[in-house]
Amino acid sequence: MLVAAVVILVTRSPGWEEFKAYFFDWDKYRDSFPEIADAFLLNVKIFLIAEAIILVTALALAVLRGLPGPVFFPVRVLAIVYTDFFRGIPTILVILMLGQGMPALQLSWVPDDQVFWAVVALVLVYTAYVSEVYRAGIESVHPSQDAAARSLGLSRAQSLRFVVVPQAVRRVVPPLLNDFIGLQKDTALVSVLGVVEVLRQTQIDEAAAFNGTYYLVAATLFVAITIPLARFTDWLVARDRRRQQAGRLV
Amino acid sequence: MLRGVDLGVAEHEVVCLIGASGSGKSTLLRCVNLLEPIDAGRIVVGGEEITVRGVDVNRIRRGIGIVFQSFNLFPHMSVIRNVTLGPRKALGHSRTRAEQDADELLARFGLSDKRDEYPDRLSGGQQQRVAIVRALAMRPGLLLLDEVTSALDPELVAEVLDVIRELAAGGMTMVIATHEMGFARDVASRVCFLDDGVILEQGAPEAIFSSPREPRTQQFLQRIVDAGRL
Repeated sequence: MLVAAVVILVTRSPGWEEFKAYFFDWDKYRDSFPEIADAFLLNVKIFLIAEAIILVTALALAVLRGLPGPVFFPVRVLAIVYTDFFRGIPTILVILMLGQGMPALQLSWVPDDQVFWAVVALVLVYTAYVSEVYRAGIESVHPSQDAAARSLGLSRAQSLRFVVVPQAVRRVVPPLLNDFIGLQKDTALVSVLGVVEVLRQTQIDEAAAFNGTYYLVAATLFVAITIPLARFTDWLVARDRRRQQAGRLV
Repeated sequence: MLRGVDLGVAEHEVVCLIGASGSGKSTLLRCVNLLEPIDAGRIVVGGEEITVRGVDVNRIRRGIGIVFQSFNLFPHMSVIRNVTLGPRKALGHSRTRAEQDADELLARFGLSDKRDEYPDRLSGGQQQRVAIVRALAMRPGLLLLDEVTSALDPELVAEVLDVIRELAAGGMTMVIATHEMGFARDVASRVCFLDDGVILEQGAPEAIFSSPREPRTQQFLQRIVDAGRL
């Protein structure tokens, strides 16, 4: 009903014909698709590299923040400051500052590749987010599991490595994937550096032809990646729930 | 909270700790395994004081097994991996050797067919037996059992108690916190009654159960008898 109402409202609007010509030009959609898809590959590459690094750095950060005792107080404080800092700054600012700032230093040992700095920026920001997800997972593992591991003579690190973290990671896979859907979308922010990734390519095309169909192409590409990821997440959640219920019945 | 507890356990001795919930039975066991920090006092195991500063807690714990009320099996590991984790990671045994030892223990306690199951596929009694096997796989000199049947359905209690009886007959040194008075009377070489963090009375099981001296012990046992549990 609602959908039908919106469709009727939009198609009856005075500007509909112009709107249609601007956004839904099938020929332009088809013709530009290969080029834009090609640019999108850079987004996928940035996403995959950043994700692989984030999975490790975020876990490390989560573990550092969970270190007990007064000896590690400074480490915990640093981890908290880091998380607050990078969750507080808009991602686009971090990308701009690193992407423009670092090459501007003109230091020979500092890479001046803007894609490199874009990846670094995304890693810095998303490490903060994802470490919070990991931390929630680690804290959700009951202390009695750690006690059981320690009672066998396992060290604190071994207990984390073999008992606590494996259980924590299993539990946080869905929220983790959620964050990665966000990361996949945020790769478009790299366009502010002038890197010709999908959004930049689209903007170039749009400016040349004054036609918005290209945006639609980009949207299609993002959705083609994020929707399967979202369904996969749902499937994992459902599977876990089934397993838990099966466990309870026994 | 424990106060002024002075308890010596000889080799091959089975000491049962009885007393109301909150009397300090669990805390006492957790202290011996260094899971609970102590403010004052000394604990000596196998001639070595384990409460001195800078002691290697991991080494101490390797020699002391503990089984918990709530099993605490690792849910993401199969039975065999639960049992071999300690020997492999803490003792540095090879996988082959650890699995050989584990298979022997599992066979001894009738769990061979559960070898590759995950804990959530086992009954409470089976889980607790696996937890006992997991502790035994470390070849501990001392086994601590913390109300190991309290979380079990009544019909599953016997299979776990039988395992402990067998261990006692085999000469395992054990300290057992329990609410199963009949079992304590059977298996214990000595029974300690704890009340409010203090060992109020201890002695041979017959003495404690038939002619307790302390009014608090009499009161506690009377309540157990009234509840039909002894």
